[in-house]
Amino acid sequence: MIKVTTLLAAGIAVAAGAANAADSITVVSWGGAYTKSQVEAYHKPWMAATGNTVVSEDYNGGLAEVKAQVEAGNVKWDLVDVELSDAVRGCDEGLLETISIEDFPAGADGTAAKDDFLPGTFHECAVANIVWSTIYAYDSTKVTGGTPSTIADFFDTAKYPGKRGLRKNPKANLEMALMADGVAADEVYEVLETEEGIERALAKLDSIKADVVWWEAGAQPPQLLADGEVVMTTAYNGRIFNAVASEDKPFEIVWDGQIWDLDLWVMPKGAPNKEAAMDFMKYSTGTEALAAQASWISYGPARKSSGSLVGSFHNKPELKMASHMPTAPANLTNALQNNFEFWADNQDQLNEQFNAWLAK
Amino acid sequence: MTAIANNSAAAPLTIDGVIIDDAELKKRLDKAMFRSRFRAFLLVLPLLLFIVFSFILPIAYFLMQGIYDSSFSSKMPEVTKSLKDWDAVSEPTEEMYAALAADLRVVSANKTIGRVATRVNREFPGSRSLFTSTGRSISKLEAPYKESLVKKKKKWADIRVWQGMKTASRTWTPGYYAAAVDLKLNADGSIDQQVEKRRIHIKLFLRTLKISFLVTLFCVVLGYPIAFLLATLPVRTSNLLLILVLLPFWTSILVRTTAWIAMLQSQGVVNDLLVYFGVTDDGSRYSLIYNQLGTLIAMTHILLPFMVLPLYSVMKGIPPSYMRAAKSLGATNWTAFWRVYAPQTIPGIGAGGILVFIVAIGYYITPALVGGQEGSMISNFIDSHMRQTLNWNLAAALGGVLLFVVLIFYWLYDRIVGIDNMKLG
Amino acid sequence: MPANKPLVQFKNVQKSYDGKILVVKDLNLDVETGEFLTMLGPSGSGKTTCLMMLAGFEPATYGEIYLNERPINNVPPHKRGIGMVFQNYALFPHMTVAENLAFPLEVRKMSKSERESRVNKALDMVQLGEFGNRRPAQLSGGQQQRVAVARALVFDPDLVLMDEPLGALDKNLREQMQYEIKHIHENLGVTVVYVTHDQSEALTMSNRIAVFNDGVVQQLASPSDLYERPENAFVAQFIGENNKLRGKVVDIDGEYCVVQTAEGVPIYAMAINVGNRGDESTLSLRPERVVINPEPGSVPNIFDAEVLELIYLGDHIRSRVAILGRDDFIVKVPNSADHAAMQKGDVVSVGWLQQDCRALDA
Repeated sequence: MIKVTTLLAAGIAVAAGAANAADSITVVSWGGAYTKSQVEAYHKPWMAATGNTVVSEDYNGGLAEVKAQVEAGNVKWDLVDVELSDAVRGCDEGLLETISIEDFPAGADGTAAKDDFLPGTFHECAVANIVWSTIYAYDSTKVTGGTPSTIADFFDTAKYPGKRGLRKNPKANLEMALMADGVAADEVYEVLETEEGIERALAKLDSIKADVVWWEAGAQPPQLLADGEVVMTTAYNGRIFNAVASEDKPFEIVWDGQIWDLDLWVMPKGAPNKEAAMDFMKYSTGTEALAAQASWISYGPARKSSGSLVGSFHNKPELKMASHMPTAPANLTNALQNNFEFWADNQDQLNEQFNAWLAK
Repeated sequence: MTAIANNSAAAPLTIDGVIIDDAELKKRLDKAMFRSRFRAFLLVLPLLLFIVFSFILPIAYFLMQGIYDSSFSSKMPEVTKSLKDWDAVSEPTEEMYAALAADLRVVSANKTIGRVATRVNREFPGSRSLFTSTGRSISKLEAPYKESLVKKKKKWADIRVWQGMKTASRTWTPGYYAAAVDLKLNADGSIDQQVEKRRIHIKLFLRTLKISFLVTLFCVVLGYPIAFLLATLPVRTSNLLLILVLLPFWTSILVRTTAWIAMLQSQGVVNDLLVYFGVTDDGSRYSLIYNQLGTLIAMTHILLPFMVLPLYSVMKGIPPSYMRAAKSLGATNWTAFWRVYAPQTIPGIGAGGILVFIVAIGYYITPALVGGQEGSMISNFIDSHMRQTLNWNLAAALGGVLLFVVLIFYWLYDRIVGIDNMKLG
Repeated sequence: MPANKPLVQFKNVQKSYDGKILVVKDLNLDVETGEFLTMLGPSGSGKTTCLMMLAGFEPATYGEIYLNERPINNVPPHKRGIGMVFQNYALFPHMTVAENLAFPLEVRKMSKSERESRVNKALDMVQLGEFGNRRPAQLSGGQQQRVAVARALVFDPDLVLMDEPLGALDKNLREQMQYEIKHIHENLGVTVVYVTHDQSEALTMSNRIAVFNDGVVQQLASPSDLYERPENAFVAQFIGENNKLRGKVVDIDGEYCVVQTAEGVPIYAMAINVGNRGDESTLSLRPERVVINPEPGSVPNIFDAEVLELIYLGDHIRSRVAILGRDDFIVKVPNSADHAAMQKGDVVSVGWLQQDCRALDA
């Protein structure tokens, strides 16, 4: 699991004449194409510039490891890439170091950090690097019955027969089910606050339950599509994009009903290499690093100033990235932002209810 | 014994004027034995310490979390005190609100409000943001607190928030064990059944037992002939075959499980063969994985060596003369096998069976990978409470119930088969 | 011993396990009805293999075995109706003694009352009437042995095979069991084929003994014939104590012959198993037939011997002497009132009759 990307580090450390003794920090992220984009856009340039080493580890999300490390007083991780709800929750529980936006560098165009970051992407304990999205995608060579274009089509197994892939988690599934059932995006969480709303979402999911293959890790959905296990699956947009861009898979993304969310850096309380990790955090959320990442995966940069720098896919100059971002205007016509507060409040209860529903 | 006792009663033995009665003899024996006992104890001491510190204490500590939870009471001492005398139905008083405000100030300052909020949220879903948002503006609050808190957030007047806090304020609580068996602890201490749509654990325990039982059964059915073959073949051939049995043992469990995915998935080897031979057509391939069947197949394969090895060693110890004797006494091959050989392999079946069953009942990685929704087991839930919901207390309670179930089966096994009859080799 | 038609016949039976070595070479052997026949031999001599072929657990490579004049090569063991007692008894550990005994009756579908009476009778026969409800592991070795014998007899087989059944017992118990088995055999009149490597056991119990060596029956005879009239050097050496002298045949006259040792001394012996003049021969002489200080002229063979060792054994004195260039010559001197007094180092004369000295194969 541990990939040591010490590439060039030793040689360049001398060349750069880095004054501080070389540190090694452990950065934890979600693996696969996403981690690769971070390695290319953040780790390698930062290592070259500072002479430090980044040890990259993979995990499957959640706060469990962070909690275990902090409570045992034996913190191994310096930086963790988390979802918004976990960032907020970890902060409330005192598991994370606090950070201040004042310390972050201004954008490349000179805009102060607090104005350069998109609204809601900076928190007491976390700073966002990208905007990602849960969408659904289909295999254009296998789907029959027409071209799916709306979120309702995903739930229509009569018109588009075949297995569906869904994440084994209530998050995103309940929202998509309601949108497919005709609830407007801006009313979804209001409806979900009520028992009837939850019942309604589960009833919609019930209609396809027999055809569902459940996935848990982000790398699974493109694999399920490629193996022909499913004809349509929910997925993280970047994973599907990379399967198309790098492996020429015949997958299509449907942006209707997408649920976008943030990924943020957090630092576990008592991180072993706090200073170097802080430096990495600032570097990797700089205008250039974020823009560079966007040439490796189709996740939107959290800084406004990066937007204009986003170019083409790294090895396909003809493939412009802008239109593949969750934040592209055309993709936002019927989109929902994940409501972390709703999930922080209701996660336990909905997990239980969802699991009970699954086991039925 | 009696002879010696009688002797000493009649004429006590004396050496150097000391009367050697039974007690004195015992004392001398103990003294003589002490050194060797002490040395023996020193030999096992490292292992004993290792087991105590690396196994018993962590497990005991973890199981205690199933009934001990101070995450509310230790951080909210004032509210906890005032809730003690509250009857859980009457309207909360100003003193209680004041205590709440005082505690919230502290937890908000030292950044532990999230844990308090998480704890209460478990009892009354949706109250998490009530705590965190109130915490952020706690400095602006002024007495009378009842009025100002309710003014800040209407929900503070909701008696269910207070009932949730009262339940959460118990340090020693049966609540998690209750939840582990689909019961619910109320604020007044009574216990009800969980509402139907949230009942899940009993169902999962039963499914776990069913899967474990079936896996054990399949392992016996598949492992018995293999073990018999191994035990009866000449040593050279059987050693070779034994390596084939052990080979999966030496392979990573992840590799084996993913190999089954490659075999069984709908575009996998098995389905391809079935389509090729016309058993099914391309459009209606069988679902062999991501369901209970997948869990059963993969787990049976992975646990098979646990059955084969004890069976093999027991069968190896049965001399061929028993079967010959039975035949010479007039029994057909089948009768000789069934009446004479098979009963002697019961200790092996018992040992293998209980081994497979107990390993299966706590199995986690394989059902997680190939189980889909209907093939997941209770340990997958324990895992999700450990890693996702972070409800370690409930995970501990579920683990405790699982341990209890295993002990019951162990006890039953001892009653029916007898634990002395278990032979591992 | 009723000498009518043979119960068992081995005809030209051969056995090889690996296709290279014959462990049984051309066996021809008749077992008479009612007799106690022992197959005796060192380990690896093929005796157990013969028993296993008779029981049906090993197929014969060549030749035919007959039981009651019926060829049984293709009859499976359970249809042969032969009782068998195994080396380690093979009592079924999960059954009680009574259940063990009832097993052969059960598989023969005997009624319950019949079974019970037979089991009780068999238990009484081996004096274990009260042990029916015990498990084999709760019995002593001798008791287990008796149960094994009873189990092999309880279904009234014509033939019982015993494969070194007393090997696991200590000496006293073994002797006691030898008599018990012998008495049971005599009382029931059942035919017994018994395998052992212990010659005294064979001598004690058998009507006839087949001495095996190297896959061949060396001699088949009654115990007394075997001891007193061994037909070859192997049998002479294997059965009882034996003095060996070697030499060349210089003269043969009917049943008598003269054998000359390497020192050129002539010894007068019986011509039992010798070829022509000039052939090598081994002389066999029992130690108890050697006379100390014989009257000159009373026996044809008289030589000087030096006493090397004296062992006092109560009823006799065992004396090792040097004679004719050998130092392993044993003389047994009976501890009678007038026995010769000898000291270590004495030179005495020893002698023997021509009839007691047998000239055998080299």
